[in-house]
Amino acid sequence: HHYIGATWHVLKIELYEMGWNLKDGLRECLVAAAPYGGPISLLKGHNRRSPSARPQLEIYSSSGLPLASFPWKSGVVKQLGWTVSDDLLCVQEDGTVLVYDLLGGFKRHFSMGNEVSQSQVLETKIFHSPYGTGVAILTGALRFTLATNIDDIKLRRLPEVPGLQGAPSCWAVLTQDRQSKVLVANGSHLFILDNTACTPVTPPGLSPQASSIVHMCVSFSYKYLALLTDSGHVWMGTSNLKEKLSEVDTKIKTPPKQMAWCRRPKSQQPSAVVMWDGLLIVVGECKETIQYHLDDDSILVPELDGVRIISGTHHELLQEVPGACEEIFKIASMAPGALLLEAHKEYEKESQKADEYLREIKEQSLLSEAVRQCVEAAGHEHEPETQKTLLRAASFGKCFLSNFPPEQFVSMCRDLRVLNAVRDYTVGIPLTHTQFKQMTVQVLIDRLVYRKLYPLAIEICRYLKTPEYQGVSRVLKHWACYKVQQKEESDEVIAKAVSVKLADAAGIFYSEIATKAYESGRTELAIKLLEFEPRSGEQVPLLLKMKKSPLALSKAIESGDTDLVYTVVMYLKNELNRGDFFMMLRNQPVALSLYKQFCKHQEQDTLKDLFNQDDDHEELGNLYVKASYKEQRLEARIALLQSAVDEYYKAKNEFSAKTTEDEMRLLRFQRKLEEEKGELLVGFSLHDTMTTLLSVGLHKHAEQLYKDFRVPDKRFWWLKLKSLAEKEDWEELEKFGKSKKSPIGYLPFVEVCIKHHNKYEAKKYVSKVTPEQKVKAHLAVGDMEGAAEAAIERRNESEISTVLSRCSATTDHLLMERLNRAKATAVKK
Amino acid sequence: MAAWRDAPELPDFSLLKRLARDQLIFLLEQLPGKKDLFIDADLMSPLDRIANVTILKQHEVDKLYKVELKPIVSSSDQLCFLIRPRIQTVKWISDLVNADKVAGRFRRYKIIFTPQKFYACETVLEEQGVYGDVTTDEWNFYILPLDDDILSLELPEFFRDNFLEGDQRWVTTAGSALHLLQSVYGSFSKVYGIGRCAKMVYESWRELMEEGEQRTRQPEFAKVFLVDRDVDFVTPLCSQVVYEGLVDDLFRIKCGSVEFGPDVTSSDKSIKVMLNSQDKVFSEIRNEHFSNVFGFLSQKAKNLQTAYDKRRGMDIQQMKAFVSDELKGLKQEHRLLSLHIGASESMMKKKTKQDFQELLKTEHSLLEGFEIRECITYIEEHINRQVSMIDSLRLLCLLSITENGLLSKDYRSLKAQYLQSYGIKHLLTFANLRQLGLLEEQQAGETLTVMESKVGKLVNDKTVGKLTDAFSSLAKKSNFRALSKRLALVPKSGEEYDLRVPRDMAYVFSGAYIPLSCKLIEQVLERDGWTGLEEVTRMLNGQEFAVTEARNKTDAQRIVLVMFLGGCTFSEISALRFLGKERGCRFIVVTTAITNSARLLEALLDNHA
Repeated sequence: HHYIGATWHVLKIELYEMGWNLKDGLRECLVAAAPYGGPISLLKGHNRRSPSARPQLEIYSSSGLPLASFPWKSGVVKQLGWTVSDDLLCVQEDGTVLVYDLLGGFKRHFSMGNEVSQSQVLETKIFHSPYGTGVAILTGALRFTLATNIDDIKLRRLPEVPGLQGAPSCWAVLTQDRQSKVLVANGSHLFILDNTACTPVTPPGLSPQASSIVHMCVSFSYKYLALLTDSGHVWMGTSNLKEKLSEVDTKIKTPPKQMAWCRRPKSQQPSAVVMWDGLLIVVGECKETIQYHLDDDSILVPELDGVRIISGTHHELLQEVPGACEEIFKIASMAPGALLLEAHKEYEKESQKADEYLREIKEQSLLSEAVRQCVEAAGHEHEPETQKTLLRAASFGKCFLSNFPPEQFVSMCRDLRVLNAVRDYTVGIPLTHTQFKQMTVQVLIDRLVYRKLYPLAIEICRYLKTPEYQGVSRVLKHWACYKVQQKEESDEVIAKAVSVKLADAAGIFYSEIATKAYESGRTELAIKLLEFEPRSGEQVPLLLKMKKSPLALSKAIESGDTDLVYTVVMYLKNELNRGDFFMMLRNQPVALSLYKQFCKHQEQDTLKDLFNQDDDHEELGNLYVKASYKEQRLEARIALLQSAVDEYYKAKNEFSAKTTEDEMRLLRFQRKLEEEKGELLVGFSLHDTMTTLLSVGLHKHAEQLYKDFRVPDKRFWWLKLKSLAEKEDWEELEKFGKSKKSPIGYLPFVEVCIKHHNKYEAKKYVSKVTPEQKVKAHLAVGDMEGAAEAAIERRNESEISTVLSRCSATTDHLLMERLNRAKATAVKK
Repeated sequence: MAAWRDAPELPDFSLLKRLARDQLIFLLEQLPGKKDLFIDADLMSPLDRIANVTILKQHEVDKLYKVELKPIVSSSDQLCFLIRPRIQTVKWISDLVNADKVAGRFRRYKIIFTPQKFYACETVLEEQGVYGDVTTDEWNFYILPLDDDILSLELPEFFRDNFLEGDQRWVTTAGSALHLLQSVYGSFSKVYGIGRCAKMVYESWRELMEEGEQRTRQPEFAKVFLVDRDVDFVTPLCSQVVYEGLVDDLFRIKCGSVEFGPDVTSSDKSIKVMLNSQDKVFSEIRNEHFSNVFGFLSQKAKNLQTAYDKRRGMDIQQMKAFVSDELKGLKQEHRLLSLHIGASESMMKKKTKQDFQELLKTEHSLLEGFEIRECITYIEEHINRQVSMIDSLRLLCLLSITENGLLSKDYRSLKAQYLQSYGIKHLLTFANLRQLGLLEEQQAGETLTVMESKVGKLVNDKTVGKLTDAFSSLAKKSNFRALSKRLALVPKSGEEYDLRVPRDMAYVFSGAYIPLSCKLIEQVLERDGWTGLEEVTRMLNGQEFAVTEARNKTDAQRIVLVMFLGGCTFSEISALRFLGKERGCRFIVVTTAITNSARLLEALLDNHA
């Protein structure tokens, strides 16, 4: 522990002794280490251009275990860097960026634009922002080109820097106001470049001795900026250049190799690390600095809460000592956490003193604070033994608290188990607790998956009870996607292995795995895997992609998702020729009816073709009939009906054919009459035509229809009866009634006359009514006597009751008596 | 009947409205600035229940138009379309966009499909070359609560699309609706169902369940019954005689509200009334047989008068209290009472007439299988006299279903006469009715199996099953008579049935018939499954299922959700309310739409498409 001033100190701990064996250390290497304890890439001899001695690209874990190694065969690399998802970026001199995964698999490449490739890359920086990983390039033409997110490349060329003659003394990328900007130093001048302008800026209170800014660095959060001047002063302030936090003289005037911020989130202390050959200086708020001697060429890797120092042999972490740890471990500390730790030590020794310490804490009511401190401190410790000691103390303290919430303790124990597991030398992810919390379990699982550490990832998911969808299932899916690319194993073996492993995992989409298999050229395997997919709908898109359209169609239908069926049908419609398309539909009634629905609205003619192909004459007939009544011109209409007739005959549907022929005859008849008599008739039903004819007195014509169209007698009689009554042509009605025996009887005559308020005429027909209807008829004309007479004569109880119910007690007194008597006898019978 | 003793509380469905409203507002705000809104005609009433004009205006809707599939007059630079996912409408919008293009006019267009978008619609946009000009969104407005116990998908076309056209596009919609209910009100313990579509809906719902996160919360209802409309066509074809059903038959209830014309209001104005449990008068008579309603209403009027009469002999203080506490309520009740009296008067006028009595008599004879010849004569006369296009068709269908099809001779003669009355275009109507099994000619000779094996040779094994299903639903026999006997749907004739004191669900049809759909529900709930009903399901073409999802014993067990796929009538709802009262449980009806005989048959006419 190194103290500076009264309250501030930093701590350097060793993370790993590096597992690699580098002959020349990091000398003459292009090195890039990913933040959050990510992988390290080395390119040895990157300036070599001869094909006989190609540079070697190597990738290691943070503990120096080899992950990949291969000779570099592309162009000259200017810079290496890592993306937020552990992909390696290699920026070449010509502005091409090659992307590799962390196991050295080539993924893709992209260009930083023509301008860059023409004037070549002078310097480049890879940076991270909330929008992803970005690349900034300074070209040979001394212009900056920037891409903020390499997954969605939008190249921006920044404005010119005034007065720039050669490479600027130093520069950095900032993220401010949701924009990536470049901060450039040209001698003592400082500029901010954004999309539109180049603005000169002045850091407040920068020591006047400086004639040039030789180095700069931005903090992990982009909030702070440190500048190193040729006079050896480090200026520290906010990156918006509004506030100066401190300025320290390093007393070294040679330009450094690297500079980085070393600061915890929420810390009040600014502090930066500057590295020269063999020397590391930590600067803070006060004048004093801490100096470390370095044996070997090293690089600094800035982290969220400190700086990692990687050399050819060692990997260390330099950190501001966390508050809780300091409180507890400071010599002679009286902080509650420190006392609790003491108390627990004494307790383990079965000493009386335990009680004294405890009482001391409790007297100040600081026991819960003490427990919290111990738990927090445990989180910051890298040594499992220290972690355990602190957690035991916390657990001990918890026993004397009744309502202390257990969550913090429990989750810290869990987190530490996970952290210790991934910090292990064989895994080599030296995360701090702060970094872990910032990164989230999700991302950690992803990182393990990238490293193909599937069992560990699953173990962690299970241990942390991550919901299966985001946890175990996701890992298994990645595993399966990796598995299907293993060329040496047979389709059967892989399919079996995948299905066995994934059997009871929830939320697995086999379609994704199958897609991967297809992409690596294994169509057969893909089809096999799709068979495991329980959601038939999920199988469809890939099947289409693999040109297995019939299978895709039946799967879509199986899914019961009409929309999906539709998608396939439309796809097939465009893919196949019409004949094949129809053939395929023919075997799939669901798809066919769906397509017919579509055609009904969009392609009437296709519909006809479809029916034609199926020899579905019935439907064709219907189609023509339908078309006919949309047609305004009579001739065309009749022609359509004729087509319908032909189809109906072909369909052996004589009834429809005959009916349609009748309709054609009727239409001709209607038109003829329209022309002759000027009466609007075309389009009326037979019934309506006759009604119209009768109402205008064209009885002859109505009768002609009656005969020609085999109209039932009953209908004709009803029609004529109603129409004559309508016109109040009572004389004609009487004649009609007598013309022959009415097929509808005479009750309708009575009722229709009454309806037209002619009781007199109605009465004429009462006598003709059948005995069963007599009562009704009499009642209809209001003849109570007659009704009673008829009912009594028929000795029908219910009829007698009906009449009775219509009698009025005041006027029909006598009649009621008679009826009641008759009812009594009728009942007796 | 004020409080249903021992009946569980119903969940609060107004939450669904709030959810729908919030989402709609969010979608409208996706198109910032003033815009004109075009709404599908049949969405206007449902929309009004969710967000009225004031709310729409608050979110910068300038003018509101009904979609009429005609050229538009709008000066707005932003057009928003709120529509059902129908090809026709999308095509109309494409034409508008293209016309604007030709005229060199630049506007922003947004289509909000509800309840979901269909790939077919996007294809149309693509084919018409406007895919990039239009943004599309989905308003997941699956369910409109019409009342405390009625939820509607407001999708009348579900019936035709699914059962006639074989287009199953709405299956997932129904599944999503159930999923929505489940996610808001908790999971179900048991699911029963019958029908091909019911099965598919259940499967689609199940898939959604598996994909989504499971929420463990106390369920508010625990049993679900899914039933296809084509399991029971008889019930919706019968004349309704329970007050609410009769109001629907006569005046057409639209989205929970009805417009009473001058003959009811006895003024020169029409009045729109919401018909739900909020209307205290209505809620007391809605489930009553119409013959009781008039008496009930006049008693009510007397009571009301007594309440008014209390005023006499009051001192100033009492009067003040009366005016502020009671008078408003009384006046409201008075207004509603006079409307319902007007409606029931108008009903009595129409329904006590000879014609209606004879119509009912015929229906009852058909249900009983009695005096069929007389019925046919009656129907013939009905057709010949051109009494009513829909009623004649309805009687024909009832005849066919109850008799397992018509004799060839009868079928041809009745059909010919019908065509003479209403025109040849009804050839298509008859084709549709035949396809649905609603009106069939008894076939001698060719049996189903022959057809099946013929078709079976053409296709692979897997589809044969599906095909057989399809065919059996196409050419299925109704077996009504046997079903009726088995389930005792038609009480013995001759027995007096006191409609004022109903003894079973048959009261909704004057004691002549227990709705088949409701009887099935009763039986399955009683047996906790289909055991013992094997013969019944066989006659209904199988496709029944019962699944236990989870076991929980709460009060929710006594709330049963019944989903009708293809529509449900008010008579069925009344019957279920009765059943609930008998059993101390409550039913919530979810339906794709409220239907009745006229709506059902009109959906099968082919003169509009």
